[in-house]
Amino acid sequence: MFSQSQIAIKIPGMEHELAMTIEQLDDRTLIAQSQNGDKRAFGLLVKRYMQRAYYSALGLVGSHDGALDLSQEAFIRAYRALNNFDPDKRFFTWYYHILRNLCFNFLRDRAKHARTFSEVGTSRIALVGDGTEASDNVEREELRKAVWNALEDLRDQEREIIILKDFQELSYKEIAEVLACPIGTVMSRLFNARKALKAKLEKYL
Amino acid sequence: MKQSELNNDQRERFNLMVMAAIDGELGPDEKKEFEHYVRNYPECRDEWEQFKKVKEVTKQMKLKSPADETWDSYWLNVYNRIERGLGWIFLSIGTIIVLVYAAYQFLIALFGDADVPVFVKAGIFLLVAGVIVLLISVARERFFVRKSDPYKEVER
Repeated sequence: MFSQSQIAIKIPGMEHELAMTIEQLDDRTLIAQSQNGDKRAFGLLVKRYMQRAYYSALGLVGSHDGALDLSQEAFIRAYRALNNFDPDKRFFTWYYHILRNLCFNFLRDRAKHARTFSEVGTSRIALVGDGTEASDNVEREELRKAVWNALEDLRDQEREIIILKDFQELSYKEIAEVLACPIGTVMSRLFNARKALKAKLEKYL
Repeated sequence: MKQSELNNDQRERFNLMVMAAIDGELGPDEKKEFEHYVRNYPECRDEWEQFKKVKEVTKQMKLKSPADETWDSYWLNVYNRIERGLGWIFLSIGTIIVLVYAAYQFLIALFGDADVPVFVKAGIFLLVAGVIVLLISVARERFFVRKSDPYKEVER
């Protein structure tokens, strides 16, 4: 017998059962359970990836409310489309495609209403560590704003790749996976994005 | 001996390698090749220095964390929205059933009533027939567009 937070795994051909907590289950198992209507299993998937999802959206759309709403909406759409999920792929890679489409649509709609990225996102970026001197803080604040504005001026895809590499600290392999492109393309996109960023931050370099 | 200019192939190769160098993703052989570029081509050296500075600046930045409560209520919000979505589907299906039944009863009563003039009955018949034809046409069009749409996976 297993408690509510445990699940029995029966291994064919072996006459014993393994018990593990549901939190330890891998994505594939959780997805299979979610496909069978187990919302608790899907909840664990959401909890596993919610922070990564939120920060991905935040980097793209620049506002807390937008990032929260879009990352949650993407989970809802993922849940509804779970039966189309290819179990050989990684869940987050598949989820990220839904999320980025939602974010790009959101940005396109926002552009139509003439709201700028910095209008809603100015305070969403923070410097690591605090300067002790007041003048140091002023400089850091200026730099922070400059970086944010420079990011705002980049094209969406350029900003996306910088967020994935420099803010989410994904490897080239991971970026290639989430963007569904070869590593060479990741490097070349990154080069173009950083070149554009370098031009915008020239004064501060 | 210092060389002055890269050809296009070398330039493209260097562009990729400078990214990998900044991000610590160069293999040992590539590292040697990269060092050769930096040592022998002043433009490569300058570019390498500038990209390092860009990386240093972005490294100092991080996205601001939301309040802890955001994570506590995150799944609950997703769950509620999934549930509400189901509620809307049930509500819509129920409404359609009730409306169709009401329309059916209305038409039966109307066509069975001898006091209603024939031209009114004919008008209502044409109205209903028109709505049905339009609905079928739109549904069929959407079905075929969806089947052949290469962007159907793209969320709009």
